Amino acid sequence: MAEENGGDAASLTPPVARVKVRVGDRVFYGSARGAGTFILVTLAAVSAFLLVEGVPAITADPNDISLLDGQNFWFWVGPLVFGTLWAATLALLMALPLSIGIALFISHYAPRRIATPLGYLVDLLAAVPSVVYGLWGGVVLAPAIQPLYSWLGENLGFLPFFAGPASGTGRTILTAAIVLTVMVLPIITAVSREVFLQTPRLYEEASLALGATKWEMIRTVVLPVGRGGVISGAMLGLGRALGETMSVAMVLSATGVVSFNLISSGNPSTIAANVALSFPEAYGLNINALIASGLILFAITIVVNSIARWIVDRRQEFSGAN
Amino acid sequence: MTTLNPFLSNDTNVYAAGKLPSYLPGVLLIASVLVSWVLFAFAGRGQDEYQVNLIVVAVAGVAIFGVLLFGASFRVEGRRRAVDRMATFLVSLALVIALTPLFSLIITVVSKGVVRFDSDFFTLSMRNVVGEGGGAAHAMWGTVLMTLAASIISVPIGLLTSIYLVEYGAGKRLSRWIRFFVDVMTGIPSIVAGLFAYSLFEILLGPGTRVGISGSVALAVLMVPIIVRSSEEMLRLVPNELREAAYALGVPKWLTILKVVLPTSIAGITTGIMLAIARVMGETAPLLVAAGFSNNFNFNLFDERMQSLPNFVYYSYIAQGSVPEAYLDRAWAGALTLILIVMVLNLGARLIARAFAPKTNR
Repeated sequence: MAEENGGDAASLTPPVARVKVRVGDRVFYGSARGAGTFILVTLAAVSAFLLVEGVPAITADPNDISLLDGQNFWFWVGPLVFGTLWAATLALLMALPLSIGIALFISHYAPRRIATPLGYLVDLLAAVPSVVYGLWGGVVLAPAIQPLYSWLGENLGFLPFFAGPASGTGRTILTAAIVLTVMVLPIITAVSREVFLQTPRLYEEASLALGATKWEMIRTVVLPVGRGGVISGAMLGLGRALGETMSVAMVLSATGVVSFNLISSGNPSTIAANVALSFPEAYGLNINALIASGLILFAITIVVNSIARWIVDRRQEFSGAN
Repeated sequence: MTTLNPFLSNDTNVYAAGKLPSYLPGVLLIASVLVSWVLFAFAGRGQDEYQVNLIVVAVAGVAIFGVLLFGASFRVEGRRRAVDRMATFLVSLALVIALTPLFSLIITVVSKGVVRFDSDFFTLSMRNVVGEGGGAAHAMWGTVLMTLAASIISVPIGLLTSIYLVEYGAGKRLSRWIRFFVDVMTGIPSIVAGLFAYSLFEILLGPGTRVGISGSVALAVLMVPIIVRSSEEMLRLVPNELREAAYALGVPKWLTILKVVLPTSIAGITTGIMLAIARVMGETAPLLVAAGFSNNFNFNLFDERMQSLPNFVYYSYIAQGSVPEAYLDRAWAGALTLILIVMVLNLGARLIARAFAPKTNR
C-alpha cells in the first residue's frame, strides 16, 4: 500500500508539469493580444498617415497652395496655433474656479439627497453634443452678450483686452471661450469631485475639531489632498478645449489676426475650427495644408495630455496618505 | 423689534450671541435685489424707451448681497466667520452660474425645436428642397448606419483589448504600452480622427474619397479608447475568487473568461459601450471631414457621401438658404432630436448599470 501511495504521488507530478495546450486558449489569447497590438498599430497609422499627407504641404511651394496666400506654411499656421492656445487658455481660466466651486458644492456643501442629482445634472452638460453648443452659442449667447461687450469697450477700453471697437454681432473669441468653458466644466468638475470626496474623513473631522470653520477645513485639508486631481482634471479639460471644433467654428467670426483683444470683430481662428470651415471646399494641396495643421494640433494635445499623465503619476508616487 | 434690529436682539440669547440670525441671508438677498431694481429703474427715469434689464439687476443685486453679508458677518461674527460665509456664497454662486447655460440651452432647444418636430422631419430627406419643408430622415439613417458600423469595428477590438489588459497582460511590457497609448488616444481631437480616416481612404481609394465607412472608421478611433477604459474597470471589479473557483473545477482559462468573467461584468460593459455610442453619435467634425454632406438618402456605407444628424444641424445653420427661418427651424429640430437620442442612451446606460451592478461582497 505504502509503495502504491508513493507511486501515486510520483505519478501526480507529470500531469501538472504537462500543461495541456488547448486550441481555445491559444485562439483567445492570440485575439486578445492581437486587438491590443492593433490599437498600437492604429495609433502609429494615425501619425504616419497624417505625416504622409501633411508633409507635402510644408515642403511645397507656397504659391501652389491658395489657402496660404503666398506665405510660408509656418506663417499661415502660426496665428492658428496662437488662436487655439488663446481660446483654450481663456476657457480654462474661466472654467477652473467655477468647477472647483461646483465640485466643492457637490462634495461638501450640498446635502446627499441633492448632491447626487446635481452631479448627474452636471454630467448632462458633458453629454450635450458640441454642435448643439455651437448652435446655442451662435444664435442665443452671442446676441445676448453683445451689450456687455459694448459696455466693456466703452468703460474698460484702456485695458488691451477690451480695446474694442466692440463687435456688433458678439461673435468674438470671448464668446467662443465662454462656450468652451461650458463644455469643459463637467470634465474638470467630475475629476475634482471624485478627489474631493476621497479626502480622508478623519482629517476633515480633526480639522473641524481644532476649531476651523468649514472654509478653513476645506482650504487646509480638502484642497491640498485634491490638488493633483484638480490639476489633471484641468489638463484633461484643456485637451478638450484645444481640440474642440464645432462650437468654435459656429460661434467665432474669425479674421486670422494675432490679437489679445477679446471683444473686437477681428479674432484669431483655431486650428480645428479652421479645418472644419475650409475642408469642405478644399482641393489639391490645400487639403494637405489642412491635414498638416491637424498634425500640429495632434502634437499639441499629446504634449498636454502627457504632462497631465506625468503630474498624476508623480502625485501617486508621493502621496503618503496611505 | 426683532426684525428691526437683529444685532441687538441676539444679545438676549447667550447661545446665539455673536451670530447672525439664520433668516438674515434670505432677507438680505431679497432686499439687495429690490434695492438694485429700484436703483436701475431710477437711473433710467429720464430716458425714453428705457427698459430695466433684469439680468443686470440680478447680477448687481447678488453683488450687493455679497458685500452686505460680508459686512454684517464681519461686524457681528468676526473675520473668520465672514470669510467662511463668503466661501459658501461663492461656491453656491459657481453652481448657479454653471447651471444657467444648461437651463438656457435646454429651454431654447426644446422651444425652438418643436416647431419642426413633425412627421415630415422624420420621413423626408432634403432632396430638391430649397425653402421650407423637407426633413432629416436621410441624416438620421446616416447617423444610425455609421454609428452601427463604428460599433461593429470598435466593440470587439475594445473589449478584447481590455480582456488582454486584465486577464493576460498583468506586468507585461506590452500591456503597459497599450495602457499608455490608449490614454494618448483618449486625447485625440475628434477632427484629427476625421483627418486620419480621410487620409487613409485617400491613400487606399484615391483623392477626394468621402464615404460613410470612412466616417465610421473615424468614429471607431474615438470609441475604442472609451470602451477599453470602461471595460477594463468593469473586468477588474470581478472578484478573483470567481476565477479561481472556475480554475479549481478544471475550466480552461478562455472558458472561464467567456462564461464567468464576462457574464459577471456584462452590465457594466454594456453601460460603457452605450456611453461611448452616445458620445460619438454627437460628433460632427470627423464626419464633416470624412463622410461629407448629402441631401439624399444613402444606405450604402461604401459608396457616395453620407449625411449625419450633427452635420445636418451644422449645415442648416452655416448655409442658411433663401428662407433662413426654415433652415434654422430644421437645425433646432435636429438639435432636439440629437439631444433626445443622447439623453435616452445616457439614461438607459445608467439604468442598466444600476439594475445589474456586479454584486460584490463589499
